[in-house]
Amino acid sequence: MTKKILTYIDHFHGKVQSSSWEALGLAAKIAADNGGEAAALILGEGVNDLADLAFHYGADQVFLADHAILKDFRPEPLIEIITKAANDYQPDVIIFPTTTRGRTLAGMAAVDLDTGVMVDVIDLDWKGDKITATRSIYGGKLLAKLTCSTSPEIITLRTRAFDKPEPDTGRSGSITHLEVSLDPADQATTVLDHQEKASGVSLTDANVIVSGGRGTAINPTLTPPDDLDEAGAEVWKAEQGFDLIQNLADVLGAAVGASRAAVDAGYIVYDHQVGQTGKVVSPDLYIACGISGAIQHLAGMRSSKVIVAINKDRDAPIFNFARFGLIGDMHEILPPLTAGLKAYLEG
Amino acid sequence: MKIIVCVKQVPDTAATMEVENGNISWGDAPLIINPWDEFAVEAALNLAADQGGEVTALCLGKEEETEAIKHALAMGADAAVLVSDPALKGSDTVAASKVLAAAITKIGEVDLVLFGQQSVDTDTGLLPVQVARLLKWPSLTLVSKFKEVTPAEGSLQVIRSMEEGNQVIKSRLPAVVSVTKDYGEPRYPSFMGIRKASKAEYPVWTLTDLGIDPPSSSISWPEVNKPVEKEIVTEIIDGDTPEEKAKTLVEKLIAEKVL
Ligand SMILES: Cc1cc2nc3c(=O)[nH]c(=O)nc-3n(C[C@H](O)[C@H](O)[C@H](O)COP(=O)(O)OP(=O)(O)OC[C@H]3O[C@@H](n4cnc5c(N)ncnc54)[C@H](O)[C@@H]3O)c2cc1C
Ligand SMILES: Cc1cc2nc3c(=O)[nH]c(=O)nc-3n(C[C@H](O)[C@H](O)[C@H](O)COP(=O)(O)OP(=O)(O)OC[C@H]3O[C@@H](n4cnc5c(N)ncnc54)[C@H](O)[C@@H]3O)c2cc1C
Repeated sequence: MTKKILTYIDHFHGKVQSSSWEALGLAAKIAADNGGEAAALILGEGVNDLADLAFHYGADQVFLADHAILKDFRPEPLIEIITKAANDYQPDVIIFPTTTRGRTLAGMAAVDLDTGVMVDVIDLDWKGDKITATRSIYGGKLLAKLTCSTSPEIITLRTRAFDKPEPDTGRSGSITHLEVSLDPADQATTVLDHQEKASGVSLTDANVIVSGGRGTAINPTLTPPDDLDEAGAEVWKAEQGFDLIQNLADVLGAAVGASRAAVDAGYIVYDHQVGQTGKVVSPDLYIACGISGAIQHLAGMRSSKVIVAINKDRDAPIFNFARFGLIGDMHEILPPLTAGLKAYLEG
Repeated sequence: MKIIVCVKQVPDTAATMEVENGNISWGDAPLIINPWDEFAVEAALNLAADQGGEVTALCLGKEEETEAIKHALAMGADAAVLVSDPALKGSDTVAASKVLAAAITKIGEVDLVLFGQQSVDTDTGLLPVQVARLLKWPSLTLVSKFKEVTPAEGSLQVIRSMEEGNQVIKSRLPAVVSVTKDYGEPRYPSFMGIRKASKAEYPVWTLTDLGIDPPSSSISWPEVNKPVEKEIVTEIIDGDTPEEKAKTLVEKLIAEKVL
């Protein structure tokens, strides 16, 4: 029986990845069903304030280490604390959000605790005496049901696969401060600098994504400046296309995505790539503009709730996966679409 | 510098997947090197060229699974090792990592182990961090750039990415690094490289050769299925002008309650 569930709260310099609250919300549900308890693990520097948030999102108790050595993300010092906390608390299950940091720490914890990880889980069944986790493999072409035969069972949850709970500001609980006795001189790594990403909505967290493909550059009505060569002219056209996409994204509070063809051609940086070798996303609304719908692109977005495709080719495969299809030129359709949605959302 | 690059072979990403009696198959689709691993091989070859040294491709798989190794050799890797043992069937990532770590230890005096970011088939992304943890070496995931590599001083500086941006991090060597696509395009194997690779010989190690017992696995996957296809009814939005189509779509989206 699953009684004690420990959830790792992933954050960057105190800013919590909201998938951490999704994980904690799930932990609280399992705990409630089994008469157990949900504990949250918060590690970092200047993170004392996060304990209250963890209680609001469902933690019964919080384990917290606040120490300068934990300020920047370095897996080695963090995993020492995680392993020690797990050995002391003896949870039945440890849940991490599948963020870059969560995946790393979960993998290491499995080695330290001599157990296994069920990774990037999209569905979880804890009703029987064993937990069964579902994950998607081969780019979403197959689903696997997994079990773990050792304790603690470690699970990482795919972002947005589980609901984020409504915070209950009336909740509180007990805080246990963890001792940190790591020597800075023993650390194998030093973080020298951090380069913030240009702001914007993150793809994996976004409720709405507007994406552009090779069609962003196909607009015969534009005349590029004379001094550009062919490749330069193409990128210049694509930039105008992505401006239209950005305008729509701004109105919807959406993130901007792209196909690999758009990334490879230099229209937009790789951070925006959706697909099997890019990001896997699952927003409520995905608007694909000038994207054909190759299998590797679908692998990254087909679990979106509602897909809208704007494409001038009636036979583009993307239409087979779209709830709504608009056959036409994206450059002509996006401006009135943006204006119409703006009027509705502001009205 | 002695560099190991871990490579896996996977079914082509366009393959149609089937499951029969719990066995996963991909028809006659070709096996290829895991696309992410090409970036790791590229990085390994460039580092070895800059620093002097050699690159060994390491693969765990069935004896007949040679595409990944062949591709790495054709790109220019100096040597390869295949670890193959029937006892490894059904290994979870911790078990697979134990075997890779044992092989890396047997190869010996390694400065750097490179991995791809993740495999495109089972897609756990765990081997790089688990191998690092087992070897007790620092783990640097999702690296796009090697800024400074100074094996003489036993250190390297890399840029690694996270959701919020990039970290510039300095680490001791030996270390384990997973390489992302941002590193830069991998080279195509040359004709000469392909010929050399087709004739190359490399050792095949069993668990006995590594001197370890079959590691036990915690994770099993008793059920693999094709997902039930969501019934999608596509509605094509009509209209005489782009403006009309846009207006109709706005109405539909409002009705669908996704805004
Ligand atoms: C190993 C591997 C991994 C891959 N990983 C990914 C991945 O992660 N993500 C990914 O996206 N792809 C990936 N691909 C590439 C994938 O196979 C396709 O090549 C790519 O998705 C095509 O991008 P696209 O739809 O933008 O371009 P195209 O296929 O060229 O489609 C462009 C579409 O735009 C339409 N169009 C043109 N002009 C207009 C216009 N003015 N208005 C409206 N529509 C217009 C066209 O009708 C066409 O349908 C991968 C491929 C491989 C082999
Ligand atoms: C349906 C299914 C689901 C699974 N789910 C899980 C799970 O949730 N948890 C779990 O622990 N195990 C799981 N496994 C087992 C896992 O797939 C194997 O342990 C596999 O050997 C390693 O995982 P990966 O391919 O995902 O590697 P990843 O960790 O994604 O690969 C990262 C990098 O490691 C290197 N690499 C990967 N494989 C090899 C290799 N064979 N030889 C050399 N280098 C390699 C490559 O550089 C690659 O880019 C699952 C297996 C199946 C069939």
